[in-house]
Amino acid sequence: MRHIISILLENEAGALSRVAGLFSARGYNIETLTVAPTEDSSLSRLTIVTSGSDEVIEQITKQLNKLIDVIKVVDLSEAAHIERELMLIKVRATGKDREEMKRMAEIFRGRIIDVTDSTYVIELTGSGPKLDAFIQAIDAGLILETVRTGVSGIGSGDRILKV
Amino acid sequence: MMTGAEIVIRCLQEEKVDYVFGYPGGAVLHIYDELFKQDKVKHVLVRHEQAAVHAADGLARSTHKVGVALVTSGPGATNAVTGIATAYMDSIPMVIISGQVPSYYIGQDAFQECDTVGITRPCVKHNFLIKDVRDIAMTMKKAFYIANTGRPGPVVVDIPKDITAAKCKFDYPNDVHMRSYNPVVKGHLGQIKKAVQLLLGARRPMIYTGGGVILSNADKLLTKLTRRLGFPITNTLMGLGAYPATDPQFLGMPGMHGTLEANMAMQHCDVLLAIGARFDDRVIGNPENFASLPRKIIHVDIDPSSISKRVRVDVPIVGNVPDVLAEMIKLIEAEQGKTEIGDWWKEIEGWRSRQCMNYKLKNDVIMPQYVIEKLYEITGGNAIITSDVGQHQMWAAQYYKFDQPRRWLNSGGLGTMGVGLPYAMGAALANPDLQIVCVTGEGSIQMCIQELSTAKQFRLPIKIINLNNRYLGMVRQWQEMFHGSRYSESYMDSLPDFVKLAEAYGHVGIRVERPEEVEGALKKAFIEHKDELVFLDILTDREANVFPMVAAGKGLADMILAEDL
Ligand SMILES: Cc1ncc(C[n+]2csc(CCOP(=O)(O)OP(=O)(O)O)c2C)c(N)n1
Repeated sequence: MRHIISILLENEAGALSRVAGLFSARGYNIETLTVAPTEDSSLSRLTIVTSGSDEVIEQITKQLNKLIDVIKVVDLSEAAHIERELMLIKVRATGKDREEMKRMAEIFRGRIIDVTDSTYVIELTGSGPKLDAFIQAIDAGLILETVRTGVSGIGSGDRILKV
Repeated sequence: MMTGAEIVIRCLQEEKVDYVFGYPGGAVLHIYDELFKQDKVKHVLVRHEQAAVHAADGLARSTHKVGVALVTSGPGATNAVTGIATAYMDSIPMVIISGQVPSYYIGQDAFQECDTVGITRPCVKHNFLIKDVRDIAMTMKKAFYIANTGRPGPVVVDIPKDITAAKCKFDYPNDVHMRSYNPVVKGHLGQIKKAVQLLLGARRPMIYTGGGVILSNADKLLTKLTRRLGFPITNTLMGLGAYPATDPQFLGMPGMHGTLEANMAMQHCDVLLAIGARFDDRVIGNPENFASLPRKIIHVDIDPSSISKRVRVDVPIVGNVPDVLAEMIKLIEAEQGKTEIGDWWKEIEGWRSRQCMNYKLKNDVIMPQYVIEKLYEITGGNAIITSDVGQHQMWAAQYYKFDQPRRWLNSGGLGTMGVGLPYAMGAALANPDLQIVCVTGEGSIQMCIQELSTAKQFRLPIKIINLNNRYLGMVRQWQEMFHGSRYSESYMDSLPDFVKLAEAYGHVGIRVERPEEVEGALKKAFIEHKDELVFLDILTDREANVFPMVAAGKGLADMILAEDL
């Protein structure tokens, strides 16, 4: 099953590679990983999307907690949460595809943020699966480039991950 | 104002470090200069950095102190990696200080530069690269704290050369607080109560303990609990000595080369109390097979990630072993009477009566098991025994009965050949009143043989028992059993004359070739040459095998006994 794991970690050199190294050393998979400092610049917030059986996810959280630089770990997907990912996708937009692309972007609430005679860059925000759906929905032959940030997640309501 | 190098040494003094094992080089010259100017911290010059880390590790295992090693950048650090990984796998508290190229050269492929923090990251509990002289004191404090609390482990502190020359005020912190590291201590009382209820209701209970009991000094409490309950107990390879091996409740070691009674009891119990052990593949065999039998498992461990990692546990108790055991004892002592498990003991005695450790003596060749039995006699069971890795390691574990903790030092997790002699050096320095014996094989001893020189320099009266079968015996045994006796590269050709080699290093060497010579040779080594290092090169039965055996991937009850062959 797909899980979104949120980690609060010391914003120190090497801390990110400890997390990434743990995943590769123990054979856990990383679908996406995002990291950036929080409002407190001594802390980084990291979101990992991974998948595995309940046992594997339990080990992942335990092993993460064992890392000295890790302050808190929570499996967001255990309860109500919100996830968002940003995608920039460059597509060929000529002839009749031009109108069609614009229409698809609108349906998915994307925005066209760069336009040339033959291309668009579409900006799209949403859950990982929603971005996947957009890619599925358009003609694969027209995709020139995709850039995704990876998922960021946050708990709903009173679920707060803080020091 | 002090230099960074001076601060490093002052930190070691503050931590009451007696011995640092190390090897100098360009990046640590300032630190060596400061070592020279003081005499509180003694430095042991090894002959290879791997041995520096192993020796510090041996000191840590045989005491309850943090082992400290000091190496230079680049090759010094890479040579240390095997030692660090070995300590990591067995959760040994250590601080390894490595020199690094000057901070302004880092990343430029400078002479003797390597990414020490990157290379060691997967095999340390934590590591640091110091970038400011003002951080040295706090980092050293944290390093010792992290190494020796929670589940212990090695910590690497990498210090660039310019930082050791820079100056600042020295102020050693009294304590340390880290928001990201708060090891648990007390176990959850509700869980402990649940565990006690299970134990008292058991009909076929079994206690299984590992290195965690030794590392946390919980042997006395374990013994008290086990005696009070009257339950059978087994100690893993890493846990030997936690419960007296000569006590009738002790069933011997479990696992691949464990006893029939220990393995059968592990397999067929209805309640298993696991303490500071991690259900290693060499201990429980095939985990699916192990889990296929119904039994309730209680698991006490300081590391939550050890719990339910390989085997699903019914009552997990995360906590410091001594605290949890003390709590359990309190609860059990409040209960009346004893659990009635007479039938279970009868069954166990049935397995025990098969005497799976019996072996056949031979008239003309020395049986390795016999050597260990004689060694046990002559040392009164009180020596610190270190071993390398292979058949000799298993025989030492099987036939030397350890009644006390910290008397058996071996690389259980990583299985590193070459640890035996350096472990003995660390143990000898830290325990000058005990006999120190290194049980090894002609393959393993050659992996750190250069340390005979260090042992001479520091006059360490280690007794080396080289069970010389002219084979990489454990490899040969597997080839015999699982690879059609094709002895691919397991033969030790062109062995040195170990007696002459020992003599060349300034030690005593004795060759032993016949069974009737064993006792005399041991006496000579332990009595006549009490204060010297003696290398006993004992030519043993070439094709003796270690039994009982559970083949890799098999279930624990699927044992090959010597009597079956
Ligand atoms: C550094 C290292 N390399 C290889 C091995 C694999 N290995 C395990 S036991 C063994 C043979 C050891 O031979 P020896 O030291 O002569 O002991 P014996 O088994 O004959 O008692 C080998 C090669 C190891 N454990 N460690």
